[in-house]
Amino acid sequence: MKIELPQVGESVTEGIIGKWLVAVGDKIEKYDPLVEVVTDKVAMELPSPVAGTLREIIAVEGETIPMGGVIADIESENEKAAPTTEDNPADLEPSSEQDKEIGTTGILLKDVAPVGPTGSGGIIDSASSKKGQNNGQNRGSRVIYSPAVTRLAEIHDINLEMVTGTGRNGRVTKKDLQNFIDSEKTSVDSKSIDQDDKKSSNTDSVRTEGTYPNVLANDEEKITLSPVRKMIASNMVKSATLIPQAWSLVEVNVSGLVELRNKVKDDFHKREKVNLTYLPFVLKAVSESLKEIPLLNSSWNEDSIILKHQINLGIAVAAPEGLVVPVIENADTLSISGLAHKLDYLTTRAREGTLTVSDVQSGTFTVNNTGALGSIASQPLVNYPQAGIITTEAIVKRPVVVNDAIAIRSMMNICLSFDHRIIDGEQASGFNRSVKDRLESMNLNTQIY
Amino acid sequence: MTIKTVLEAVHDAMQEEMRRDKTVFVMGEDIGARGGVFLATQGFLQEFGEDRVIDTPLAESSIAGVALGAAMHGMRPIAEIEFGDFIWPTINQIVGEAAKVRYGTQGKLNAPMVLRAPHGGGVRGALYHSQSVEAFFAHTPGLKVITPSTPYDAKGLLKSAIRDDDPVIFLEHKRTYRLVRGEVPDSDYTLPIGKADIKREGSDVTIITYGLMLHHCLEAAETVEMDDIDVEVLDLRTVRPLDIDAILETTKKTGKVLIVHEDNKALGVGAEVSAIISENAFEYLDGPVSRLAGPEIPAMPFAPPLEDMYMIDSEKIANSVRQLAEY
Repeated sequence: MKIELPQVGESVTEGIIGKWLVAVGDKIEKYDPLVEVVTDKVAMELPSPVAGTLREIIAVEGETIPMGGVIADIESENEKAAPTTEDNPADLEPSSEQDKEIGTTGILLKDVAPVGPTGSGGIIDSASSKKGQNNGQNRGSRVIYSPAVTRLAEIHDINLEMVTGTGRNGRVTKKDLQNFIDSEKTSVDSKSIDQDDKKSSNTDSVRTEGTYPNVLANDEEKITLSPVRKMIASNMVKSATLIPQAWSLVEVNVSGLVELRNKVKDDFHKREKVNLTYLPFVLKAVSESLKEIPLLNSSWNEDSIILKHQINLGIAVAAPEGLVVPVIENADTLSISGLAHKLDYLTTRAREGTLTVSDVQSGTFTVNNTGALGSIASQPLVNYPQAGIITTEAIVKRPVVVNDAIAIRSMMNICLSFDHRIIDGEQASGFNRSVKDRLESMNLNTQIY
Repeated sequence: MTIKTVLEAVHDAMQEEMRRDKTVFVMGEDIGARGGVFLATQGFLQEFGEDRVIDTPLAESSIAGVALGAAMHGMRPIAEIEFGDFIWPTINQIVGEAAKVRYGTQGKLNAPMVLRAPHGGGVRGALYHSQSVEAFFAHTPGLKVITPSTPYDAKGLLKSAIRDDDPVIFLEHKRTYRLVRGEVPDSDYTLPIGKADIKREGSDVTIITYGLMLHHCLEAAETVEMDDIDVEVLDLRTVRPLDIDAILETTKKTGKVLIVHEDNKALGVGAEVSAIISENAFEYLDGPVSRLAGPEIPAMPFAPPLEDMYMIDSEKIANSVRQLAEY
């Protein structure tokens, strides 16, 4: 039985194969962990859908596979009686990497979630951008165009291999072709789109090609990329290349907040059994400010901006294997206490490596508490495809001028990186000011519950 | 314009035609004193008298036969079969005789009769009050079969059927009788038999349907609009003769066609529409011509959950549309 990579989350389109937990020839029970899979959202162990013996590992560690792609072959217990005839040795030994990709793309891309209006479906990097220009070819001789598409292509003299299909199994639909024809007409625009496409395919090269010479000097060491590292690299390249980002920093006087937290934190811990850090207060301020300036809670979508009505805050957490960003959904509906609990739950799971896909998807804005690491200013990269990311820096006592006198105050910097296509300096500053005002107004009267 | 139900539209069409033309008369079971089981002929006996409003014995073959004989001798009968489910004894009179009158007499005789019947399910009517009968008659050259979905269409088409010089089977979906309301002109009007009507314009997928299903299709079209699928809905209105031009035109526009009917799928109206499309608009197709139709089981189940499973609803239609749009 061919084992396919299942659809694990609403907007996840592909995964990187991690460590195989079962060796070829080993017996495996149904639901036993089979292989580690890393998606752009989370790492997980994929359970075996059947009981049987692992006959073959088709997707090796480090390989990127679209959802629905075949990753292994298990001889299930039902199957044992009848010998399989479908194994074709020629299929199993690809003559080159390229051949192998052609073979798998043809079968694998079934029911891959289309890129939604939220953009969260994302660009299917390895599967489409890289081969987007010759999707038709990749499906080899089996590609069949509908009569309507064939007819339209003839009328407009179009080479159908140039058209990227969005239909089932990558079929070129009449609509795809019509869009292609329309975009050809406005050739000036289409050139810039082409460049975008190229950019996005460049991001892919980060994953698949090393840029460093293969020969190492004596004083150099090569560290193989873990799947999580690759995924982080890919996301960062996407952010840095696809989003024109601007940056802004404001100082916040958090003396009132420090006083408040110091007063209540011990009682809070006794009562709630979780630590009350500064972060829940920041999350509260950020979600309220996102309500005030909703444009920060959005995504760029080529010819439009998609406003998100839900405020789902991603929290950057340093997990043992690397950065993960679990999400607090509807953060604006939680009290500071509620945020503290949610935060404790997510960070614990992040450190244990037990986050599920639902814990990390659908974020609309990201908060990164870089201050925990001692930083006093940082320039974060926006978490693609969101519109902004804010950091909270270390709280330090500093002399400041109050009423023309020098006073000692607890100061914190907050830094905002934002998608300048969506937001101008005015809204960004307005947002920073809003967060600042909310944090500065926190004092002993602020409600924790 | 006045808001009317389908039932009121049917009632008014017959009443106005009887007032307009002395040769028009109605006959059927319980249509006189009772005014018809659905009250389609309420008040007719008082207004037109028992010579023109005839209560018949419980014998459908004779209702059709008497109507055919009267029609061949210059009258314009409207014969009512109380439920479509009881129409089978008329097959000999209608399919075997009425359909062939003009052809068989080389045009010397014709049969300007209307056979009306409420049909269709979704009314908790089980085996004998839910059947769809259109495909049996639509197969027969020499007959016209009309399946209206709105009060406006019902009135305009029933008037045309009464004025038509050849036999017309007029099938009113009983679930639309009181559930579907719509504007109907106060003045006299007719609608051409054999002309389909675009009830909703769209560009991505066409649904071709008729009768009650039209309303579920329109609902489904609204639903999938949220998925960014723009649906065109073509109401056939007449299933024989089919409006081939309209079918082909919408096919060429969207390239993707879903045919929806309550009647079971095999050898039904959808099969014919599908064949017309592939014969005449093959090079315009962008996806398989698809059918969503009743299941291949002998009758409407009695148990409500089973009836719900049998009937096509907007959710099932929306799912089919999504699949076709995605293809």
